[in-house]
Amino acid sequence: MTIYSFHIFDRTGRSLFQKEWLRPKPSTMDKEQEKKLLFGMVHSIKSFVDKMSPVDGKDGFKFAGSYTTSKYKLHFYETPTGLQLIMMTDTIVGLVTDTLKKIYASVYVKYGVRNPLVDLTSPIESNLFATKLDELVTNLPFYLPLAT
Amino acid sequence: MTIYSVYVVNKAGGLIFQYDHSRPSQENEKTFSYPLELKLEPQSDGVSVVFGQRDGIKIGHVVLSVNGKQAHGKKLEDGADIMQVISEEENYPISIKFGRPVLTSNQKIMMASMFHSLYAISVQLSPEHKSSGIHKLEVDTFSLQCYQTQTGVKFIVISDPRQIGVDLLLHKLYAIYSDFALKNPFYSLEMPIRAKLFDVNVKSSVEQIEKTGTVV
Repeated sequence: MTIYSFHIFDRTGRSLFQKEWLRPKPSTMDKEQEKKLLFGMVHSIKSFVDKMSPVDGKDGFKFAGSYTTSKYKLHFYETPTGLQLIMMTDTIVGLVTDTLKKIYASVYVKYGVRNPLVDLTSPIESNLFATKLDELVTNLPFYLPLAT
Repeated sequence: MTIYSVYVVNKAGGLIFQYDHSRPSQENEKTFSYPLELKLEPQSDGVSVVFGQRDGIKIGHVVLSVNGKQAHGKKLEDGADIMQVISEEENYPISIKFGRPVLTSNQKIMMASMFHSLYAISVQLSPEHKSSGIHKLEVDTFSLQCYQTQTGVKFIVISDPRQIGVDLLLHKLYAIYSDFALKNPFYSLEMPIRAKLFDVNVKSSVEQIEKTGTVV
């Protein structure tokens, strides 16, 4: 039960934060391109889900869910302000939406937004933010550091 | 617990079969008096609600009929323009039916190709070696499950998130495909499937899974 990585993107696709805990397969393209691909993927899934959904969503604007492949699971959660939180875990993990909500509320809002001097459209550089996030994630029941 | 639809996509991403089993009716018909409180705007798939969500009529819903006359895009059956009919005060009180827009066949083909590409990208994004593509996409309103065969054909089923037995259904669909499409000497590979027995069997398997959760 592991968490591979975590990303935060803003409404326009700019990467605000990313953290990788584990990555057995080296990526085939450079970091920037990969982040853009990831954002594009989730953005396309969003419009796909919008069109394909046979029923209206209960809250209308909420976009949260996950997709599973044979080796990993990607979870996405979009806040009402358009901020996208994306987490890649292995396949055994269940619903992560609540965890993503918690990350948003207790780490991003508290340590990322409340500083009035910080520009919300630029990448998050606060060390405290990174530390708090790491703390929250490593305390999750489904995080187990694998010995490589 | 319902199965909404089945899609079969060929190796190149083209849709070769599509079956809608059930579509939950999300239609609301209401009588309105002048002036209309909802803000409507003509868009590519019809006249849709842009502002003024109320009584179950949500943003994104499209005008399905006016006073009993079916709407086709932005016009009614008798050729009248919907926006014009709604803006004239003498037509009130007016009864309008709103509902979620239905996908046209062109849109379905586009969605199938879109999914085909998403499947390929998910393989690239994988942090682990030898990952397959998306075999389950879950959101709170529906769940999409996909089975890709060794030959590259994808069987996609869109169902309620709580539906069980969808993987059995996917394997059964593959068996039906090989029996009624591949074994048909007149069927050309990768082309749309037009075999009556294929449709009949798909329908009966979907019904079986819905009712019992297993398939014979």
